[in-house]
Amino acid sequence: MDASSEIFSAVALTLKLATVTTLILLLLGTPLAWWLARSGSWWKETIAAIVALPLVLPPTVLGFYLLVALGPSGPGGALASLWGARTLAFTFEGLVIGSVVYSLPFVVQPIRNAFEAMGERPLEVAATLRASPLQAFWNVAVPLARPGFLTGAVLGFAHTVGEFGVVLMIGGNIPGETKVLSVAIYDYVETLRWREANILAAGMVAFAFAVILAMTLIEKRVARPGA
Amino acid sequence: MKTWKMLAAALAAFALSPAAALAGATHVAVAANFTDAATEIAAAFKEKTGEEAVLSFGSTGQLYTQISQGAPYEVFLAADAARPERAVAEGLAVDGSRFTYAIGRIVLWSADPDLVEGAETLKAGAFDKLAIANPATAPYGAAALEAMRALSVYDGLKAKIVTGNNIAQAFQFVQTGNAELGFVALSQIAGKEDGSRWQVPVELYQPIRQDAVLLTKAAESDAAKAFLAFLKGPEAGAIIEKYGYATGAGS
Repeated sequence: MDASSEIFSAVALTLKLATVTTLILLLLGTPLAWWLARSGSWWKETIAAIVALPLVLPPTVLGFYLLVALGPSGPGGALASLWGARTLAFTFEGLVIGSVVYSLPFVVQPIRNAFEAMGERPLEVAATLRASPLQAFWNVAVPLARPGFLTGAVLGFAHTVGEFGVVLMIGGNIPGETKVLSVAIYDYVETLRWREANILAAGMVAFAFAVILAMTLIEKRVARPGA
Repeated sequence: MKTWKMLAAALAAFALSPAAALAGATHVAVAANFTDAATEIAAAFKEKTGEEAVLSFGSTGQLYTQISQGAPYEVFLAADAARPERAVAEGLAVDGSRFTYAIGRIVLWSADPDLVEGAETLKAGAFDKLAIANPATAPYGAAALEAMRALSVYDGLKAKIVTGNNIAQAFQFVQTGNAELGFVALSQIAGKEDGSRWQVPVELYQPIRQDAVLLTKAAESDAAKAFLAFLKGPEAGAIIEKYGYATGAGS
């Protein structure tokens, strides 16, 4: 594979990974955030703390546990044996699992904040208008929490694109399957191929800048009354 | 007053002791395959000379990149001859300090006691994942590739190969069972009894000549020179051979 197709394959794989991860996180994260925002359960902050763990833990800790969990003696291996494989490590699916864990707090936290900021009132009003709880959720809560969803999606996507340590530990560096952008950059630097490293690294800088700018603009729009 | 003085003295001792310990320390960059042997050699070195060798591990290519960017290493124990040679050519290492400290061997190894039987195992290909070290940065990975090509099995196995960042990671992939088997360094499993192994015949790949070199920034460092002298000596030689390497002197 020449350099440009190598770069293209890494970029395409990274975008695919980030997209799949973000979609899964929105599906899993929304009910979780809803529960965290509205439950009166005394142990909900315990769950919230577990969700937030990847913020603090070094990626090596996640990578180590994931490698064991995805392997033949862990649950990942049991799952993989359903289709005759023996491990989920070194696969795209394995990376998705790792990324979902790794980026979870980045999606759950903004959505939870948005649900909490909304307060009880809109839902009470919806209930008096005879909306079922599900209707109230879809027609009132979700639209009101839209900025939270947007922030969560952007952050989850960006954070997955920027993932490195976990992928390095569970990926096995397979082109087109697990060799994502950050790992490709690392490889280029380590083999002194700095031209290619530069192309990708500069692209990442531009991407990160665009994400941060977009986030700021979203927040500004939300803060502006009447917008 | 007396208490203050004692406290000050204690603080001074505390502040100075790491500095004092580091004065006789030399920083050594070590190729990952040599981890266990280097650790034992450093301990023996300290016992004999009282000086400390601080070890950093990585793949040879990785360490070389760091050295080229001014990493504070004084000695480089590579897993090949090419990078120390290049370090000398580029003025990063002291001319004439290069020597072969070990000659490495690769082994096809599996944690499963029944899996590896020999070259047939590779030919049959009845496995899912085969781990090697990154051939671009790790000489042991390059040797694994060469051996597979020599056996004409590389094209068939290509899709099953997973690459560790260095030989230590390749070993860890096999050890955790995530890859059923892999090419590892003989030194990594020299002390192990379990699993199944096939020592790859030396005709199938270039001997992995591992060279050491004194880096330019430590040209005047006595500790670094002492460590290299110790590495050449019989005590270190015995440790190196114990880990399954041939020593440079004997070849």
